Amino acid sequence: MELLYASCVGILVTCGIYLLLRARTFPVVLGLTMLSYAVNLFLFSAGRLTINKAVVLGTGADYADPLPQALVLTAIVIGFAMTAFVVILAIRGRADLGNDHVDGHLVKSNSKEQK
Amino acid sequence: MIQHIASWPVLLPMLAAIILLLPPCGKSIPIRRVVSIVMSIITACVSVALLITVYKNGPIVYAIGDWQAPFGIVLVADLLSVLMVVLTSFLALTVALYSSVGDDEKGSFFHPLVHFLVLGVNGAFLTGDLFNLFVFFEVLLIASYALLMHAGDKHKTRAALQYVILNLIGSSVFLIALGILYGVLGTLNIADMSVKVSQLQGDDVFLAKIGGLLLLVVFALKGALLPLHLWLPNTYASAMPVVAALFAIMTKVGVYAMLRVYTVIFGENAGPLNHMAQPWLWGLAIATIVIGAIGVLAAQDLRKLTANLVVVSVGTLVALVAIQHVSATAALLYYLVHSTLVCAALFLLADLISHQRGKVADRLAPGRGVAQPVLLGACFIVAALAVVGMPPLSGFVGKVWILKTTLDSERALIFWPVYLIASFALLVALTRAGTSLFWERKHQDRDHPVEDNAKPMQVIAVIALLAGSPLMVIFGGPITEYMIAAATQLHDITLGINTVLKGGL
Repeated sequence: MELLYASCVGILVTCGIYLLLRARTFPVVLGLTMLSYAVNLFLFSAGRLTINKAVVLGTGADYADPLPQALVLTAIVIGFAMTAFVVILAIRGRADLGNDHVDGHLVKSNSKEQK
Repeated sequence: MIQHIASWPVLLPMLAAIILLLPPCGKSIPIRRVVSIVMSIITACVSVALLITVYKNGPIVYAIGDWQAPFGIVLVADLLSVLMVVLTSFLALTVALYSSVGDDEKGSFFHPLVHFLVLGVNGAFLTGDLFNLFVFFEVLLIASYALLMHAGDKHKTRAALQYVILNLIGSSVFLIALGILYGVLGTLNIADMSVKVSQLQGDDVFLAKIGGLLLLVVFALKGALLPLHLWLPNTYASAMPVVAALFAIMTKVGVYAMLRVYTVIFGENAGPLNHMAQPWLWGLAIATIVIGAIGVLAAQDLRKLTANLVVVSVGTLVALVAIQHVSATAALLYYLVHSTLVCAALFLLADLISHQRGKVADRLAPGRGVAQPVLLGACFIVAALAVVGMPPLSGFVGKVWILKTTLDSERALIFWPVYLIASFALLVALTRAGTSLFWERKHQDRDHPVEDNAKPMQVIAVIALLAGSPLMVIFGGPITEYMIAAATQLHDITLGINTVLKGGL
């Protein structure tokens, strides 16, 4: 299970970083999403991967560490809000700058080429 | 009520922001402005009250919901964190004053966002828990994203897009670092971590080292340390100047976090990991000073120049973090307060100057003269003298103190030349800026319309920020004592651990 889990996180991070390095906003947003999935999985594993343990403290002698689950929950919520913001900003950037490049090549150079 | 005072600097800005969103304030502009300023004043007063309480009675540990550390989240109000909180609240007050003559209505929700930003910054300073620090970072970041877009145009969208994406990546790295550290140490409470770090054995040491250095990447991004500083000049120069003035505190959040983490957790008592970030911090800080000074020399307008001044000040502060000694930390605190106030004042001045110079704005090129040369010129010369570190203002005291603390070690060989040449570069750049802004005129001056003149509120805000510099010299004795006390408290790690883990409300 550890191997599968670790490779999942690793592949997600690799894809995320590859996409982050793209020049256009949509792949970058996808990359951010992948990276945050990887981060959430990783945070979850910080409490050690165990099976057959009680979720809640007090119902048995053996229980899973509840704190990473709380951390993941917080991270998911914050990640959602931030992703929503960056999507809106990317749309705004597409409208304002006339293209979807992350470093916003100005429209002038394009229009000159067309002329 | 009074035992909850440690949580007020976090709760009051939140309350203020919510009130400002509700109907009477949401609809009427004058009411909104008055409420915002009044709430800023209350927050500032409460922060000062907290500072006095902590100074008299020692650090306050406030366990939120009465869940004791290390399991619950604690707010720790010690001399260092309350100093930062007072600085933030004061800066927010001046920004609220300055913006209340028109800047706040160029976009929506300016005042609530300012208070949300203060909530995040104050929370980040007060918290005693690393995950909580992450949450407050996100609070202040999302407020800053929206403030950056305030009165948006194309340049702002471009700068904001890069800033937001960079910070989102930073947040992911922060979470990975927290995951590693939690996996190894089993706790995220800063005091508890500093206990556990010294007991690490075997491979865990390397994991903790990876986690700690990943944290360094995050803090370097927030604080704009060399390879990760490229976002700063663009962002600060394209934000509205009043917003940039408020952002002057945000790089300091990064520096503060470095100071906390690498002094308390990975400091003297960290066993195999003691002072692990020191070489990195030292090298990068020196390089940051150099790059910042070059940026200052190359800047074409006053806002970009000030943004690069922020980079230089971050470099200086981080170099002092790297020394990890009580006297260095005390000098750092003095310089931090001074540089925040002066850089904020310079951003506001850039706004006033560019408003009065018409089309040339704040570009360092000959153009129309300013409408109020005496007032703005006097403010500029005070700010410039302070930021360069010429006597008799606070910059000079700070600089002498910094040079004195670095004198004993062999570091002086590297630090002194770099720092002094950088100061000289700043002097040259600011002299040139002042000359071209105030003296080089292209054509005969027409009369300025009266509405160009700075409004009284704006002048009050700028003077309030600038007054900090002479006051820090006049009351140099008690302020120096306070800084030394704060630094001693930070470096006394066992005392800190005992107050957080065994005390508590």
